[in-house]
Amino acid sequence: MNQHLTRQTLEKQVHHHTFENGLTLLMEQMPHVRSAAVNLMVPAGCGLDPATMPGLSSVLSDMVLRGAGKNKSKELSLAMDGIGLDRSCSAGTTHIRLWGGTLARNLPKAIDLFADIILKPLLPKEELDSVKMLAIQDIQSIEDEPKQKVMLALRKNHFPSPLGNDRRGTINGINAITHDALSKFWKKHFRPNGSIISVAGNVEWEPLKDQVEKLFGKWKSTELPAIKLTPGIGGVTHITKETQQLQIGIAYPSVPVGHKEYYAAIGAVNILSGGMSSRLFTEVREKRGLCYSVWATYQNFKEVAAIICYAGTTTEKAQETLDVTIKQIRNMTKGVKEDEVKRLKIGLKSSMLIQEESSSARAGSIAVDWYYLGKIRPLEEVQKSIDSITTKSILEHIKRTNPKEFTVVTLGSKALKYKE
Amino acid sequence: MPFYQQQCLNGLTIIGEVIPEARSAAVGFFVRTGSRDETSAESGVSHFLEHMLFKGSKKRDAATVNKDFDKIGANYNAFTSEENTVYYASTLPEYHQDATELLADIMRPSLRSADFEMEKKVIIEEIGMYEDNPGWMVFDHAKKLFFADHPLGNSVLGTTQSVTDLKRDQMVDYFQRRYLASNITLVATGNFDWGKFSAKAEKLCGSWKTGLARRDNIRQTSGSGDFKIIEKETATQQNVVMISPGPPAASPLRYAANLFAMILGDSSGSRLYWALVDNGLAESADCTFHEYDGAGAFYTSFSSDPKKTAKNLDITIKQLYTLIAKGITEEELDQAKSKVLSRLVRSGEKTMNRLLEIGMTWVYLRRYKSIDEDLQAFEKVNLRQIQQLIERYPLLRITTTAMGPLGKLKMPEIPKQPKNTIPQPS
Repeated sequence: MNQHLTRQTLEKQVHHHTFENGLTLLMEQMPHVRSAAVNLMVPAGCGLDPATMPGLSSVLSDMVLRGAGKNKSKELSLAMDGIGLDRSCSAGTTHIRLWGGTLARNLPKAIDLFADIILKPLLPKEELDSVKMLAIQDIQSIEDEPKQKVMLALRKNHFPSPLGNDRRGTINGINAITHDALSKFWKKHFRPNGSIISVAGNVEWEPLKDQVEKLFGKWKSTELPAIKLTPGIGGVTHITKETQQLQIGIAYPSVPVGHKEYYAAIGAVNILSGGMSSRLFTEVREKRGLCYSVWATYQNFKEVAAIICYAGTTTEKAQETLDVTIKQIRNMTKGVKEDEVKRLKIGLKSSMLIQEESSSARAGSIAVDWYYLGKIRPLEEVQKSIDSITTKSILEHIKRTNPKEFTVVTLGSKALKYKE
Repeated sequence: MPFYQQQCLNGLTIIGEVIPEARSAAVGFFVRTGSRDETSAESGVSHFLEHMLFKGSKKRDAATVNKDFDKIGANYNAFTSEENTVYYASTLPEYHQDATELLADIMRPSLRSADFEMEKKVIIEEIGMYEDNPGWMVFDHAKKLFFADHPLGNSVLGTTQSVTDLKRDQMVDYFQRRYLASNITLVATGNFDWGKFSAKAEKLCGSWKTGLARRDNIRQTSGSGDFKIIEKETATQQNVVMISPGPPAASPLRYAANLFAMILGDSSGSRLYWALVDNGLAESADCTFHEYDGAGAFYTSFSSDPKKTAKNLDITIKQLYTLIAKGITEEELDQAKSKVLSRLVRSGEKTMNRLLEIGMTWVYLRRYKSIDEDLQAFEKVNLRQIQQLIERYPLLRITTTAMGPLGKLKMPEIPKQPKNTIPQPS
């Protein structure tokens, strides 16, 4: 059964086209679904926020939805709801991402509306104060979510600036934003070159391509700005806050997508924290009952990547949790087992194939491939790369990249001792 | 989609929906038990037991259970609610039988003492995690205030104290009372072979102990109608939850209730969105409909700067009143239907979501509904049914809980139910 399934999956239709103005259109045809998803990425992320206005691109990502083309805010919202288009628009470090999911038959209408949002947003002046109020509340509410707060601080300390910046910005930054600055940012950074539109679902290529060409063909390209990176501060930081639990975040460098050790790095992080038989879950939670939530994950930008770990635990158990977690990371250099590698490979393959059920996941996935690699990896290629993971490739990678020190951030009522 | 059902001689029901073009196959055990079925002395036991099942059986210890799931690349988990405890896994089709065997094995747990003590620590950490999150805690308090002495007010997690006090014997007793074959439904969806699956399932579960798993106190409630403010000085935002009575899961009005909640408080384009979020008064505002065995409720909530809470509370109540007094428009109803249609179709494309959907429908209604059948039921809702809902359930009888930095908050006067509606006692 799987043989048949795999063949069927591997033969899927993937298309791409880069228009003259530099805009790339990607599409994956999924004849077995009734839905379609569209993902539109414009290179105007928070990494480009003016120094005095951190949070600007995030505010812009809200403003563009408040009316576009002929539609005022409410009309635009009604038009999208009328075709059952669930959507979101948010700023990341490098891009503003507009996402939408609907029935495949409504996709052309959705793309018409999305084109207006990107190319002809009204950016209504009278709504800016409301949007800023929301942005400030968004920042304030992190105070009520200690886990999120510690992880944001960890990313900021670990990654080079502006990559580790939080898209939300700062309260002062939000207050400083003017309508003029917002329009200028939009004019300057919303451009076809560096933008990606990706579509997945029960969709035909030619009509889609024609529609996108008609809507976006005249969009003028401009030079992409270079982002200057400044190294993160790293080190050990404690944030004092009266909470029941103590939050722990640990980060250390990994290799970016496309690096020859990329799959070995993915293998390594899965041994540490893939399934429930992985090391952190087993050692920290199962054997010692130290916490409910403990995990590690791979996080990346084009230039840099890192392994990010989290554990949340009662203050009294926090020191032991930190010590055991660090020890498990260090122990990786002592060797990995054949059966661990076997399990993680099956896990990776199965999530790769099961992802084929979701048009939304596929639309995101092909865009990510294109952004990092400039191509869409066929499933055979991904499968082969997963097959190539061995105990040896993982161990060599771990030994080569074993960090001298970790970036650590803790949050809670008591600081911990970081020692090795 | 072909649908199959059969019952083992011990009363365990097996159902399945085969989707030949699916990339995966999912399987799950739905046990009709949760916090509402607990005595006060065993508060939190359903959820704790859910954790304990992964600690192994006669055949497997905890580490082996985790390894065996990972060996087949399973995406698996479990959850506990007021009325259901569900264990599920999705895998590539070739591992569906293995996943079924594994889940069936852990459904007969050993509940070893050492594991019990170790896992107790994990549960207490889980409670600690939620207690640091006021946006989550407020719902637990709100539910308790609304349901009062009704068992649906029981906390799923329990408290640090109640979990600390739990003894293994109490858990064993609960297991023997609740995990009876007659109280369990085995569900499969996706790309699998029904014949092979059901034969294997019979073999695995056919000898499980059966009996009568009673559920007491199934009744509707209009809620306490109380108001409570819980001061949490360390919080930044003020969270408010208002609960109103609604129809139970088996009511034909459930479709109207879902659409009503969407019109009032969906995350996009709803009345609360325009009244509170669009203008920045609240960070978020929504309304969701929760259906239970014999009861139902609308949860209307918002989170905002504490300085704006009083104003927002006033606006929310006015919105609710206007909706009840003046009803909704045909256009609003159509918008809501378009959203439901799109969401149901997209969600149903994932095998795992289908598993939860058909499993829950079976548990509550003892019947199967295809996606298209569900879509049609939503399509058929008209303004008259929305009016029926409004007339039958006193939506202005709200039970309100506020949690955050505010020590004081005046509850605005709640307008009387408009004249054209007929409030009914529950």
